[in-house]
Amino acid sequence: MRANELTADNIHLWRGERHLLQGLGFALNSGECLQVTGANGVGKTTLLRALCGLVPLEEGRICWRGQDILEDLENYYSELSYLGHDNGLKGDLTAAENLLYAARLRRRISPDEVLAALARVGAPEVAPHRLRRLSAGQRRRVALARMSLMGGALWIMDEPGSNLDARGQAVVIELLQAHLEAGGAAVVATHQELGLPATRLRPLVLQ
Amino acid sequence: MSEQRIGFAAAAAALMARDLRLALRRSGDTLQPLGFFLVVTTLFPLALDPELSRLRDIAPAALWVGALLSSLLALDRLFREDAQDGALEQLALCGWPFAGLLLAKTAVHWLLTGLPLVLIAPLAATALGAPYAAMPGILASLFLGTLALSLIGAVGAGLTMSLNRNGSLLALLVLPLAAPVLIFGARATALAIAGEPLAAPLYLLAALSVLGATLAPWALAAAVRIGLE
Repeated sequence: MRANELTADNIHLWRGERHLLQGLGFALNSGECLQVTGANGVGKTTLLRALCGLVPLEEGRICWRGQDILEDLENYYSELSYLGHDNGLKGDLTAAENLLYAARLRRRISPDEVLAALARVGAPEVAPHRLRRLSAGQRRRVALARMSLMGGALWIMDEPGSNLDARGQAVVIELLQAHLEAGGAAVVATHQELGLPATRLRPLVLQ
Repeated sequence: MSEQRIGFAAAAAALMARDLRLALRRSGDTLQPLGFFLVVTTLFPLALDPELSRLRDIAPAALWVGALLSSLLALDRLFREDAQDGALEQLALCGWPFAGLLLAKTAVHWLLTGLPLVLIAPLAATALGAPYAAMPGILASLFLGTLALSLIGAVGAGLTMSLNRNGSLLALLVLPLAAPVLIFGARATALAIAGEPLAAPLYLLAALSVLGATLAPWALAAAVRIGLE
């Protein structure tokens, strides 16, 4: 097993008057998935956004491959793929255009790769349609396809299964498993049963 | 995958192509500030005596106040939608210098709102009685001025993007900072109409644009990051 990829030490974070994260810490190796659970409003999304460097910490630090992420955000971001509550897709572009754009921010890509990614998430038929005409579940699938296209050694996903049917939930697990087997790491906030082997799954319950 | 990695220029080009395509898909929204500029500037001759000398006196003020308000109108939309649907978050996390990407986005914004305004300005200037000999000077001053306005305004748009429907706050933030552009721009236009040399105010406008292009991206990145928290 390689050295810890993502570590968090003694994270403290306030949201308004509430002390959400009080001295939280964990260490995550490659090939492992940290599953964050906890009641609504306990700070799951805040933790995930803090791991992305979007929310500044009150105290503590987050390290990627042993280096504080704030020291080299661009390098960290180039290995990170994030799926938030909002899909971050444009309603006036087609599904294929959205994915081509997202992937082209990082690498060269052919339209065929985009179609293959859409097929992998079980939604090949949506490619030529504008996103605003798609259902919420179909949009989520397009956002999942973006995760697989953008690559990145670390996936951070906030409720990846929201709006998805049973087949869609299975797609989330398939993508996640493939990512972990390829040596990636993941932080996922979900109450969905991920069905990962115990060696890969690291539960984190926020109180 | 590393051999497929691309440079910053390719990433910025992808972003600019996306923004241009989005703007074309909803040309109505894109053209709105332009129509506003035309209507406002051509209202002046209707409200005043059609006496040429008087029209020429107010032409610089009408053109520049029109351009300033039209750029404000357009700025309100620069980041708001991307902030709401999460696209800006994705952009912040894509691994390229955020300031550079936001500068690219602002450049597209200028291409879609500033440059067309410069191109239709002769129409408005003619309605205000400006002589044809003054057109090159008017175009040059508006070209430089709209660049500076887009850059300054983008910072204000970044600061107000997460507030709901707050165009008036954007105006309060941006208008005082845009005052130098208005002053030198209107001066350059007045000199052009009077047929006098206008190099001095043009140089100052160019200096403001360069200052904006070098400083605004950093302020912009900081403002947008705060908005994303």
